Amino acid sequence: MVIKFQNNDKPVRITGAKDMPPMPAALGSMRQNKTGSWRNVRPVIDYDKCIKCFICWKFCPEPAIKIVDELPVIDYDYCKGCLMCAEECPKDAIGFEKEGK
Amino acid sequence: MKKTMMGNYAASWGAQLARVQVIAAYPITPQTLIVEKLSDIVADGELDAKFIKVESEHSAMAACIGASATGARAYTATSAQGLALMHEMLHWAALARLPIVMTNVNRAMAPGWSIWADQNDSLSQRDTGWMQIYASSAQEILDSTLIGYKVSEKVLLPTLISFDAFFLSHTMEVVDMPEIELIDKYLPPYKPEYKMDVNDPRSFGALTDEQYYYEFRYKMQKAMDEAVDVIKEDGKEYEKITGRAYSLIHPYRCEDADMILVTSGTIAETTNVAVDELRAEGKKVGNLRIRVIRPYPKKEILEVVKGVKKLAVIDRNISPGYSGIFSQELKSALYNEVDIPVRSYIAGLGGRDVKIEDIKDMANDTLKNDAPNDLIWKGVKI
Amino acid sequence: MIEIRMHGRGGQGAVKASFVLAEAAFQGGKYVQAFPRFGVERRGAPVEAFTRIDDKPVQIRSQIYYPDGIIVLDPTLIEVVDVTKGLKKGGWILINSDKDPEFYDFGDDYKVYTVDATEIAVQNRLGSRTAPIVNTAIVGALAKITGIVTIDAVFKGIDSSIPRFQEENKSAAKQAYDSIASG
Repeated sequence: MVIKFQNNDKPVRITGAKDMPPMPAALGSMRQNKTGSWRNVRPVIDYDKCIKCFICWKFCPEPAIKIVDELPVIDYDYCKGCLMCAEECPKDAIGFEKEGK
Repeated sequence: MKKTMMGNYAASWGAQLARVQVIAAYPITPQTLIVEKLSDIVADGELDAKFIKVESEHSAMAACIGASATGARAYTATSAQGLALMHEMLHWAALARLPIVMTNVNRAMAPGWSIWADQNDSLSQRDTGWMQIYASSAQEILDSTLIGYKVSEKVLLPTLISFDAFFLSHTMEVVDMPEIELIDKYLPPYKPEYKMDVNDPRSFGALTDEQYYYEFRYKMQKAMDEAVDVIKEDGKEYEKITGRAYSLIHPYRCEDADMILVTSGTIAETTNVAVDELRAEGKKVGNLRIRVIRPYPKKEILEVVKGVKKLAVIDRNISPGYSGIFSQELKSALYNEVDIPVRSYIAGLGGRDVKIEDIKDMANDTLKNDAPNDLIWKGVKI
Repeated sequence: MIEIRMHGRGGQGAVKASFVLAEAAFQGGKYVQAFPRFGVERRGAPVEAFTRIDDKPVQIRSQIYYPDGIIVLDPTLIEVVDVTKGLKKGGWILINSDKDPEFYDFGDDYKVYTVDATEIAVQNRLGSRTAPIVNTAIVGALAKITGIVTIDAVFKGIDSSIPRFQEENKSAAKQAYDSIASG
């Protein structure tokens, strides 16, 4: 039986070998796994300082920075708060706030 | 069409007929001629394939893994130390369930530095999850490559085809080359259900915790079980188009035998001749060639040996500290099933020639002696 | 089944001779097997090669211990190698030599033939003057002596197994074939 790869937001339920493909491969979409709750600090972009170099977009390991209307936008549903964007920003345009948990 | 060729070239032509798309290999005696010929074939435009030159066997297998993961039909060939260097990647290819076919020219592990026939190189890779075939003629090398891809692509397990250094690799003999039109029908292009695809990105072989890893192993075992029947079916289908039959075991004059010699590789062919001579002397002896050791054809072997009084295994390999590996495998297959004494012989390590007389000696020794002996080193100079 | 062992020195073409002979027999409709004595061949060192010819596929995978015939590509090997070892009674020995067969004494059990394959190879510019390649001339002589293969089959064998200087090789084979008085 062929276990189909999925590319939608439906959760994949695995109860045993019969639900698994032959090889270890991601079956569904990682979009289901919203990792934003893992965050301790929240990066915030100061758009007055931003020069649209998109280095933050390039370096985000998640990736949780999207390009919307030619600006970098952080997707807080998935951002884990690693602050790599802030570290790499050449204009110090990304600061952070404590996450109000 | 019949042609003469060395065993090594039979592997090259097999890969060409299989229309492999990616070849990544590193040269090592006695395998060198295989990939040398394939690089010629690719350079001459006779095969539409990418030939990747790599800096080691580890990289060769890594390149094949990458190619196969994207859905390409991948091929490589190696020998002895080269196969050992691949070891890590062999596990990877099997657990990633990639239908790679590899030729291994059985060569003794060093030191002493040796380029001669010995099965310890490939049998050391027994537990990596590769199907393992031991060919005993140049014809079988070519045919096994084609059947190998067909089986591998069905059960999603890689195939290792091994054959004896020089006794096959550098021996010229007559090989019937099947027509490419027939092979194209037998072995259509590889269309994988699962593959790496830039249009559908996802991770392969990533962290797999204890909730899932165990089940992947279970699935691999199920695929091996399934492979037993697939090898038989695809062997029969191959017979329909070429007239040449292949299965997991090849019994010769075993039907009414009192004693069966269990052999593999080129020793098995010479054993057929020895069996004919022993039969002419009135001794009811048969030869059971084990062609496929993984998946292990336990049921099929039991079917052949169940009525026999004695068994003798000739191993061109040794698991130091215990015994020959084909012998261990046979004994474990018999346990709890039938009670037949097994004598275990070691012969021909490091390319030592195994003559018809040697095989007859071992057969006569088994016929004469009742007690199963632990291990007999045929022809060892003490 | 006919089993032939060749003795030569690395670089003389003994292995190729075993292949050309097998190819010629194959062209004549036989099943064949040809292989070197598995060693690390070095120029000038003694080498051996083997050819088996049969009407059915050859299953024996060991070296040849009891040959029907022996080919000696370099007569100086006779002093250093036991070339007749295991040779069957009534077997033949073909030596590349400018001497007559009577020059060599192997007793009454064997029949000795000679052919000056070195001179024939030089005349046909095969190899160099210092290292002529004598294999095709020897196979030509063998065709005459044994009748295992016809000279036409030898030509076909040269065509399909030797990539270059085919005409020169065929000429050498024919010259050697003709130089043997009778089979």
